[in-house]
Amino acid sequence: MIIYGTALLAACHLLGIVLGDLLGAAIGVKTNVGGVGIAMLLLIAARFYMHKKGLLPEVTEAGVGYWAAMYIPVVVAMAAQQNVVAALRGGPVAVLAAFGALAACACCIAAINRVGNKQEDSRIEANLQSLHPVGGLHNVEAD
Amino acid sequence: MLKLIESAVLHNGLVAAFAVVGIVIWVSGILSRRLTFGHVHGSAIAIVIGLALAYWGGIQTGGTKGLADVTLFSGIGLMGGAMLRDFAIVATAFEVQVDEARKAGMIGVVALLLGTLLPFVVGASIAYAFGYSDAVSMTTIGAGAVTYIVGPVTGAAIGASSDVMALSIATGLIKAIMVMVGTPIAARFLGLKTPRSAMVFGGLAGTVSGVSAGLAATDRKLVPYGALVATFHTGIGCLLGPSVLFLATKAVVG
Repeated sequence: MIIYGTALLAACHLLGIVLGDLLGAAIGVKTNVGGVGIAMLLLIAARFYMHKKGLLPEVTEAGVGYWAAMYIPVVVAMAAQQNVVAALRGGPVAVLAAFGALAACACCIAAINRVGNKQEDSRIEANLQSLHPVGGLHNVEAD
Repeated sequence: MLKLIESAVLHNGLVAAFAVVGIVIWVSGILSRRLTFGHVHGSAIAIVIGLALAYWGGIQTGGTKGLADVTLFSGIGLMGGAMLRDFAIVATAFEVQVDEARKAGMIGVVALLLGTLLPFVVGASIAYAFGYSDAVSMTTIGAGAVTYIVGPVTGAAIGASSDVMALSIATGLIKAIMVMVGTPIAARFLGLKTPRSAMVFGGLAGTVSGVSAGLAATDRKLVPYGALVATFHTGIGCLLGPSVLFLATKAVVG
């Protein structure tokens, strides 16, 4: 049943958010700490466990895969509700601070990614090529 | 007749949003093939169109939620809101190769810390250069350069004025938009090819919205790795901002 996949996803999502809130409260900040990241780890673990037990038929996987494939449309809707007007009104301080921060980070990312083990990278790349998103390749093309 | 259609759309907000976003993505695909011969990813164009629509919506209504403030398009608010966004991000974890993620774990943590510290220092310095020389304002604007949620959370905790808070949010928003649009352009320079590189990117670039949209427009397969790290970014920023970073700033400028 396709709903089993979606329900599994929902359960991981909610549990992750709750744990993130608890973590936030435990270290005394007024926000959720990594709730979505924890939910992702839970889903990875659940998939690993259920796959081994043979509890994960293709239809159930499709219940998660649909939402993974809906990811880009959701991101487009997210972009459409940003407060772009306020961002542009921030003036030179906001623009410069954002740009400066990003430039520093971009150089850092480029440096770390160049230093990274070249051999390992090429192996990972080979793996990546054989890795297809859940929705299947035909969905990615439309993205 | 027109009224009939209007009320149908109004009463089915989320469904209407699916249709609108579908059209935007369809148009983007055509633009990508015809205008750029596939050089610019269709989803990158779709995100830029989304931002342009958000600007139009903001001008039309004077609201803060872009296109979602236009009553006809209110469903966009639900579809692109935090709930469905996080739901879809969690779903992408199904594609994560556990071994790759584990191997990049340590470098992900380093990237997270650098990704909090670097933007903060740059943001606070630029605030100082523009005359915001008290520790509270510098910390708030610097925190805004981390993400647009860290900014106001930090500002509220240390008692910043509302114009500084607005500036801090604007800084974070501009950063998110720059990451969304700039990532596919800078992908080669950033070395964005592997899961490991995506995790470094997620930690350093920060903002979940920026990272998730930027990676989506670059290479869909890298999204879960970047998002996995980036989701910890705001939490760490909110933890360090009002505490360690504020005290450090206060120690430096007095």
